[in-house]
Amino acid sequence: MSAAIEVTSLRREFRVRSGMLAPERRVVAVDDVTFSVPAGAVLGIVGESGCGKSTLARLILGLLKPTSGRALVEGKPLLELDRRARARLIQPVFQDPFASLNPRQRVKDIVALPLAAQGTFSRAEIERRVARILDRVGLSAEIGERLPTQLSGGQRQRAAIARALVLEPRIVICDEPTSSLDVSVQAQILNLLADLRRDLGLTYLFISHNLAVVEHVASEVAVMYLGRIVERNETDALFRAPRHPYTQALLESVLTPEPGRGVPDVGLGDVLPDPANIPPGCRFHPRCRIAVERCRSVSPIPMVRGREAMVECHLA
Amino acid sequence: MSALLEIEGLEVTFGGRTAAVRGASLRVEKGETHCLVGESGCGKSVTALSVMGLLARGGHRFAKRMTFAGTDLLSLSDRRMARIRGNRMSMIFQEPMTSLNPAFTVGSQMAEVMTTHKGVSRADALERAVDLMRRVGITAPEMRLGQFPHQLSGGLRQRVMIAMALMCGPELLVADEPTTALDVTVQAQILRLLASLKRDFGLAILLITHDLGIVARVADRVSVMYAGEVVERAPTAELFNSPQHPYTRGLLSCVPVPGRVRRDRPLGSIPGVVPRIMPGFAGCAFRSRCSHADATCEREIPRRAAGAAHDYLCRLRAGEVIAPPPA
Repeated sequence: MSAAIEVTSLRREFRVRSGMLAPERRVVAVDDVTFSVPAGAVLGIVGESGCGKSTLARLILGLLKPTSGRALVEGKPLLELDRRARARLIQPVFQDPFASLNPRQRVKDIVALPLAAQGTFSRAEIERRVARILDRVGLSAEIGERLPTQLSGGQRQRAAIARALVLEPRIVICDEPTSSLDVSVQAQILNLLADLRRDLGLTYLFISHNLAVVEHVASEVAVMYLGRIVERNETDALFRAPRHPYTQALLESVLTPEPGRGVPDVGLGDVLPDPANIPPGCRFHPRCRIAVERCRSVSPIPMVRGREAMVECHLA
Repeated sequence: MSALLEIEGLEVTFGGRTAAVRGASLRVEKGETHCLVGESGCGKSVTALSVMGLLARGGHRFAKRMTFAGTDLLSLSDRRMARIRGNRMSMIFQEPMTSLNPAFTVGSQMAEVMTTHKGVSRADALERAVDLMRRVGITAPEMRLGQFPHQLSGGLRQRVMIAMALMCGPELLVADEPTTALDVTVQAQILRLLASLKRDFGLAILLITHDLGIVARVADRVSVMYAGEVVERAPTAELFNSPQHPYTRGLLSCVPVPGRVRRDRPLGSIPGVVPRIMPGFAGCAFRSRCSHADATCEREIPRRAAGAAHDYLCRLRAGEVIAPPPA
């Protein structure tokens, strides 16, 4: 059986200008990324803002064309499928449900739209399916009659999840699905996503900057830095024994609710990563605590260990 | 210890229809970091804004008492309040562009704070600006003086805003979710910076956050807000080790902790949503989501002591509250 998602040497560049007369610069948002996600797994992708994780999501969804390389979903290149077939296969859930729900439509019409767009469902069938999915994500029929503005943040995200699942896709790309929610509501949504995955046999690509959330939901984790995956491993192994110095620093930065421990100095320094100006050698070396001479000039190659473990560091 | 900021029975309403803060009491000691924690809409930002005298139009504040370093803030004229604000107490926000003017250079904005409040020369003010920028970890500060806010990264803007808030050497810094929009790595740097300012300048910080990880790591004392009320107050270790209010307990169970995650079990969660509180609401606002609620929760709720500096608002006595069963 083919992998749910298979990404091979995927690369995407953008050309940007910072001003009208400024020279055009080339930003490599995703740089030669290769990985696969087996059906039923949850791959968590973590990294700082600007590391390319959302661009990666858009490439896999077929919303962006790669500069080179390819992304296959259930063995098929999405860009060659028509929009309806694509929508039945893979669906996104984004961070801000307010921005992704039409404010002038009732919730049940928003959820019905993907079905109506297929053009193959009767009105009765659409109503039946909408009612079923609303119930499944914990929204009452009464809430289905409301407008998005009349919903709380958690209810809006449930509506976005209902819309994503109403066509019964096999794969869902969650891009920071709980980042705009309160912690008590975040827990409700994470538990809902976990239940749905188990009951419907879904595969998730779960993008988040919150490592604790990723640890809770993902079966495998990939760490991105300036467009590349610098480490990948099964979740438990990655959190127990991170090998890349960047992964180590990220994990140390997480402030667990343990009083008295203070805020750690993770030693990343003040040099922030700039995707338009990727350093030579190992792209992490200006912020790395243990970098040696070789790191400044020679790019490390990915070292694969076992089925899933990979790290890209001279010193790991 | 002596109180720097003391608030008793603060009420804030908007247009007379929504009760945003309902009888909140808060005490920030000199030189301490006090965290005001709660979820969106609980009234924590409104509390901070009413201290600063910055409530939006239509907002009204009433309080039994609101003093800053012995000065009664309630009876101050707008002009006298403006002399304290930005000078002896200043505020920073989640989004630095809230307090930075896009049309002026960093240097002129930073200098203005000090020439206005302290009457020093522009040259002296710029010198202090460079000093403070270096202090908050901004590289090449002299160059930044001539830059506009949009030319800086998010983390740099945050630091400029902090440096600007410190220009007049305030006794109290009110920080409203100062790191929420930042990456964890930058967040750690900013929080370390705030901790060092507290240590070196004796600065008291009222830190508003929804993040219990931050609370645990930086606070001396914590006030938990829910639906406009301070439902529990305690020294930090005590709050985390023996939380009393069912809401505090629920909140703590919702936080996924790295290294202690059980993926086969659901996270703790608090069912339902925060109710909308209308004026005249009586009893415990958490009762609709609480597994311990009964008819007595609709009456007035006593404030109970759970330790020397630890109290909470619940009908249940200390120790009677048990953790909610896993969902």
